[in-house]
Amino acid sequence: MGWMSALLLIEQVLNGLQSGIMLFLMAAGLTLIFGVMGLINLAHGSLYMIGAFAAAAVAGATGSFVLALAASLVAAAAAGAVIEVAVIRRLYDRDHLDQVLATFALILILSEGTRWVFGSFPLYLDVPAALAGPVTLPGGIQYPAYRLLIIVVGLLVAAGLFLLIARTRIGIQIRAGESDREMIAALGVDISRLYTLVFALGAALAGLAGALVGAIQSVQVGMGEPVLILAFVVIVIGGIGSIKGALVGALLVGLTDTLGGVLLPLALSGVMEASAATSVGSALASMSIYILMAIVLIFRPTGLYGTA
Amino acid sequence: MTFKQLMAATCVAALGTAAQADGVKVGMITTLSGGGAGLGIDVRDGFLLATKGNDDIELVIEDDQRKPDIAVQLADKMIQSEKVDVMTGIIWSNLAMAVVPAATAQGKFYLSPNAGPSALAGKGCHENYFNVSWQNDAFSEAAGTALSGEAGKVFLMAPNYPAGQDIMAGFKRTYQGEIAAEVYTKLGQTDYAAEIAQMRASDADQIYFFLPGGMGISFMKQYAGSGVDKPVSGPAFSFDQGILGAIGDAAVGAKNTAHWSKDLDVPGNADFVAAFEAEFGRLPSIYAAQGYDTGLLLASAAAKADVNDADAFRAALKEADFQSVRGKFSFAANNHPVQDIYMREVVKEGDLVTNRIVGTAATDHSDPYGADCKL
Repeated sequence: MGWMSALLLIEQVLNGLQSGIMLFLMAAGLTLIFGVMGLINLAHGSLYMIGAFAAAAVAGATGSFVLALAASLVAAAAAGAVIEVAVIRRLYDRDHLDQVLATFALILILSEGTRWVFGSFPLYLDVPAALAGPVTLPGGIQYPAYRLLIIVVGLLVAAGLFLLIARTRIGIQIRAGESDREMIAALGVDISRLYTLVFALGAALAGLAGALVGAIQSVQVGMGEPVLILAFVVIVIGGIGSIKGALVGALLVGLTDTLGGVLLPLALSGVMEASAATSVGSALASMSIYILMAIVLIFRPTGLYGTA
Repeated sequence: MTFKQLMAATCVAALGTAAQADGVKVGMITTLSGGGAGLGIDVRDGFLLATKGNDDIELVIEDDQRKPDIAVQLADKMIQSEKVDVMTGIIWSNLAMAVVPAATAQGKFYLSPNAGPSALAGKGCHENYFNVSWQNDAFSEAAGTALSGEAGKVFLMAPNYPAGQDIMAGFKRTYQGEIAAEVYTKLGQTDYAAEIAQMRASDADQIYFFLPGGMGISFMKQYAGSGVDKPVSGPAFSFDQGILGAIGDAAVGAKNTAHWSKDLDVPGNADFVAAFEAEFGRLPSIYAAQGYDTGLLLASAAAKADVNDADAFRAALKEADFQSVRGKFSFAANNHPVQDIYMREVVKEGDLVTNRIVGTAATDHSDPYGADCKL
C-alpha cells in the first residue's frame, strides 16, 4: 500500500469514527430509555429532527451557531419531556406492540407538524465560518475542521454521560431503575420524575446530534428515520440498556459502514471487472452492518454488553 | 378530501353519462412526505397551476412516500376503485418501474412528469406511456458532449438505483475523455465523507455527480468544507432551485444541464414563473416546470378528444399541441421528448442563489433507446 492510500485509509477511519460518534449520541438516549423504562421509542428520530430544525431556525434568526446548539438541546429536551408526560407515561405497563404503535403515531404527528410549521423544503443551516475549511493533521492529512469538532464534542458527551451514570445521585437512581423498577419506587424515589428526566436527557442527546449533523447534511422532514434504524442496530449489537455497549456498537457500525463502502469495491476489483466490482461492492457494503449484527448475535445473543 | 370526492361522485351521478364522457379523471401518485417531498410538491403545484379552473380535469392526489410498495397499492386503488383514466406524478425511476407497466397494461394512460427509466424508453415502451420530462440519460448525454475537451479526467458519482445508472451511462456514452473513477452510493445517503476522501485522493480534474433532493444538499455542504477544490458539475437535479437555498454559496459556479431554466427566453415562460411565484410564494424548479407542462399537455388532449376513445385521445396526446415553457417540444416515435438542453450555471442574484443559462448543450435531443422501441 502506497503512502497516498495509507493517508486515504486514515482519513476514512476518521470518517468512520465521526459517524460512529454521532450514532452514539442517538443510540445512548435510545438505550437509556429502553434500559430504565423498558420502552421502545420509535419517535427518537423525530427528536433528532426537532433538534436540527430548532438549530436551523435559531441560526437563521441570530446567526450564532452556539445559540443554535443550545436551542437544539432545549427544544429537544422540552419536546421529550412534554411527550413523556402526555403520551409515553401511559405506555409503560403496556406490551411492546402498543408502544411501537403509539410511538410510530408520534413520528407521523411530529413529521407533519414540522412540515406544517417549516414547510416541505429543506432549511439552511451551515457550519460556523471559523470551522468551515479543512485543517492539516500530522502526516499531511487534510480533514474538515467541523468533523473534528463533532468527534471532540461526541467524546466529551460520552465522558460526561459515563460520569453522570457512575458518579452522581441521578446516575445511581438510573442504574437502580434498570435493575429493579418496583424496588426503587418502594424506596421512595419519585419514579415518574426520574422517567421524565431520563426521557428528556435522551431527547436532548438526539437533538444535539440532529443539530451537529444538520449543519453538514440536509435539514428536512423525515431526516431522523434512517438514523433511527442505524441506532437500533447499534443498541442491538451493543446490548440493550448498556451505555458502554452503545458506544462500542456505534463505533463498530460507523467504521464498518464507512470502511465497507470504500474497501469492498476495492477488494472485489481484484477478482472481477471494474464496473461489476463497483456495483457488487456497493450492494455488499450496504448490507455490511446487518451482517455484522447477525454475526454478533450468533456469538452473543444479548449483544456485546447485554445481560440476559 | 373525502367530502370533495363524495361531491364529485354525486355530481357525476347527477349529470349522467354525458358529463362523465367529457371529463378526464386523473390519478396523481407522487412523493409528498419524507426526504423527496420537495420534488413531488413542485410537480403537483405545477400541474395544479396548469389545470387551474379547467372543468374537464378531475384530480385525485396520493402520497407514495418514495416507497415502491406504497406506490403499487395506490395505483391499484386508483385503477380499481377510483376508476381513473390517466395516471401521472411519479418522481422516482424505481417507483415508475413498479407502477407504469402494470397501469398501461390495464389500458390506462400514463404521463411521466419526472423519471424516464431506459427500460421504458426502449423494449418496454408502450403506446399509452408518454414521457413529458426526459429520458434519464438526456441531461447527462448533453453534459458529456458539452464538457468533452474541457473537463479532463472526470470522477462520477450517483446513487445506486435505475436513474443513477442511466444518468452515468448517458455521460459515459458521449464524454470524450477519461473517467477517473465511478462510485455508486446508497439512495438516500446523507454522509459523503468516504466518497469525498476518494475524490481528494483521485487524480480527477472534475467531479460529475447526480444527487437529487436532500442528497445533493448534504454532499455539497460537506464538499465545500472538505477543502477539495475540483470543479463540480452534474445534471440539473443536483443543483435545482428547491435545494439551492439550503446549499447556499457552496454551489455557486457549478455547471449543470437542463431542458428549462427560469430565465429561458421562450413564449409563456416568464408568465409561468411569475404566476407560480404569485400562487405558491417560491420560485419554480425544473420539477414544477415539468408538472406544468404535463398539465398543459393533458388539457390540450382533453380539449380535443374524449378519453373513452383511446385511439383519438392517444393521437391528441402525441400531437403535443401546447406551448411548453421549454420552448419547442415534441414526441419522438417512442413517446419520449425531442427537446433542446441548455448548460446552466449556479449564480448569486442579490441574496438569491439560482441558475442562469450560459449556453446550449444539445439541440433537438432525443434518447438512444427509441431504436429498440417497436411503436
